[in-house]
Amino acid sequence: MNDRTNGKNGQANGHLVLEDRKAQTFSVNREVFVSPTVFEDESRAIFDKCWIYVGHASEIRNPGDFRTRNVAGRPIIFCRDRQCTPRALINSCRHRGAIVCREREGNARQFYCMYHGWTYHTDGKLKAIPGDDAYGEKFDKSTLGLVEVPRFEHYRDFYFLNFDRDAPDLATYLAGAKEYIDLVVDQSPSGRMEIISGVQEYDIKANWKLLVENSVDDYHLVTTHSTWLNYMRNSGVNISVPKGQLLPTKGIGKDLGNGHLTTDNPNYRGRPVAKWISIYGEDAKADIDAIRKELVERLGETRAARVADTNRNLVVFPNLVINDGSSVTVRNFYPLGPDHMRVTAWALGPVEETEAQRARRLHAFLTFYGPGGFATPDDVTALELAQQGFAAWREVQWSDLSRGMGKSANEPQLHTDEGHLRVFWRRWSELMEQHP
Amino acid sequence: MNKPVDPAATVTRAEVEDLLYHEAELLDSWRLDDWLGLLTEDAAYYVPPNDKPDGDHRFTLFTIADDIVRLRERIIRLKDPNCHAEFPPSRTRRLITNVRITGIEGDTISVAANFDIFRYRRNEPPREFVGRYRYKLQRRNGALKIAERRVILDAEELGVLGSVSFLL
Repeated sequence: MNDRTNGKNGQANGHLVLEDRKAQTFSVNREVFVSPTVFEDESRAIFDKCWIYVGHASEIRNPGDFRTRNVAGRPIIFCRDRQCTPRALINSCRHRGAIVCREREGNARQFYCMYHGWTYHTDGKLKAIPGDDAYGEKFDKSTLGLVEVPRFEHYRDFYFLNFDRDAPDLATYLAGAKEYIDLVVDQSPSGRMEIISGVQEYDIKANWKLLVENSVDDYHLVTTHSTWLNYMRNSGVNISVPKGQLLPTKGIGKDLGNGHLTTDNPNYRGRPVAKWISIYGEDAKADIDAIRKELVERLGETRAARVADTNRNLVVFPNLVINDGSSVTVRNFYPLGPDHMRVTAWALGPVEETEAQRARRLHAFLTFYGPGGFATPDDVTALELAQQGFAAWREVQWSDLSRGMGKSANEPQLHTDEGHLRVFWRRWSELMEQHP
Repeated sequence: MNKPVDPAATVTRAEVEDLLYHEAELLDSWRLDDWLGLLTEDAAYYVPPNDKPDGDHRFTLFTIADDIVRLRERIIRLKDPNCHAEFPPSRTRRLITNVRITGIEGDTISVAANFDIFRYRRNEPPREFVGRYRYKLQRRNGALKIAERRVILDAEELGVLGSVSFLL
C-alpha cells in the first residue's frame, strides 16, 4: 500500500497522496502533475467547489468600472454597476454566446454584443434587443440578463466567487486565513489597501500545484535564490544564518484550516511597513520610523510588531497567494493543461501611501518578485525542471514531502519543513476523493 | 573661448546605430561587464508592464525598473551559475531596425528603435520578444553613453514568453 518504490502498485489502491505516520513519510504520486484525467477532475472537484479569487474592490472604484478576466476558466466581468454594487457577471451574451465586454479594463455605461447588438446594463440586466418584435409574446427579456456567478462575496475587499451554490459562506471557508489577511490590511491606517496599476501575467510550463508548494516553501530559498541573497548582502542587509538554521530567521509553517496555510517568519529582508533595510537608502529611515509610529499608535506595540516584523506567505486554497514579504504581492494561477499554468500577479499597498512610499514599495517588490525580479525567474525554472523530470513519472512515481514528520504534535513545524505543504495536499486529496 | 556644444550638430544616426549594434553584440555574446561600460554612471533600465506600456515606475508595477545600483547587481546575478533561469545562458539574437533620433534636449539625445529578439534554450520552445526601444543618450568624454534604456514589449501579456531573465 505504501511502497513508494513499487512501480507496479504505484497508485497504492488508487490513492495519489500517501501519508504513512508510522514510517513518517508523506508522498505525492507524480501522476497528479501529468495526468489529463487529474487535470479534468480538478476543474470539477476543486475549482468548481472552492471560493476562487476574482479581484479587489480597489480595481473597480467607480460606478461602471470593469475588469475582464478569466476566473477558473470562465470569462468574467468584474465590475461595479452604475448603482455602485460590485458584480461578477459571466461575460457571454445570452443570445448566442459572444463575449460582450472585450477590453481589459475601463468604464462602461453598458455592455454591447457586437454580434447581433444585444445590450446589457452594468448590473447585467438585458437593456435592448434590436428587432425585438420578432419574438413571441411569452419571450421574457427580464430573464435574459448576463448570468451572475452563483456566489459572490468579499472579505476585506478581496472578492471571491463560487460556482457551487451550496458552498459555505466565504468567511467560514476562509477560516484561519482571515487572521493573515487582516495582518496585511492592518498596514493601512484606514484599513484600505489597493491594487497598484501594472499587472504581471506570465506562464510557467509546469503543473499549477507546484506553484502552491513553491509559494510557501522556505526550504528552497538558500539554494534556488542564492543570487538574491547575494544581492541582499551586497546591499548591506544582514543575511547571516545562525548555526542549526537554514535561513537568517526561524519561522513556522502553519495549518489555517480548509486547506489554507501560511508561513510566519521573523523579518530580515525589510518591509515597506515598516522595517528599514539599507536598500531603501538612508533618507528613507525617518519615513519608515514614522510609518512604524502610526502603526503603534493605532494598533498598540504588540499588534504593530506582529504586522511590521513578520513576513507571511499565505495560500488561500486552492490558488490565491498573498505574499507579504519584501513587498505585498497578490497572485493567482490557473492550469491551462497538466503541464502549463498562467500566473497573474499584482502589487498591493495602503491607499494612504505617499509618492515616496509607493515608489519604495514598488522598488522593494522588484528586488525579489515577478518575471524580471531577482528571485521569481529562478522559481519558474525550478518548477519547469521538476515538470521535465515528471516525464519519467511511471519510473519515478513519488515526490517526497516528509520534512518535519519526525516531530511531535506540540513541536512547531518550521517554515523550512513541509508540514504546511502537506496541509494543501491533504485537502486536495480529500476533495479529489470526494469527487464522484 | 569654450562655446557650448550643440549635440544636434555632433550626433548622427550612423553614430547612434553603431552604438546600438555594438550594444546588441555585447548583450547577445553575454559580455555583460563590457556592456556596463556603455552606460552612464547613473543609468536606468526599464521594462514597463505589458498592460501599462506608458506607465511610470514610481506609480506602476513594472517588470523591471533598475537604477544603476540594481543594474550592477543584476549583472553580478546574470554572471553567477546560480542564476538558474539563465544557466546555461540563453542563446539570443537581436535584430534592431527603424533607428531614429527623435529629440534632443540639452545634453540628452532621445532615440527610438524597433527590436526583435529571439531566445533559445534547450528543452524549451523558441521565444520571440518584439517591441520598441526608447533610449536617452548622453556624451561622456566625447563618447555616446546610455543614460536610460526603456524596453517596451508589444505582447499583450508576457504569457508564453515567461520570465524576462536575460537583458532585453
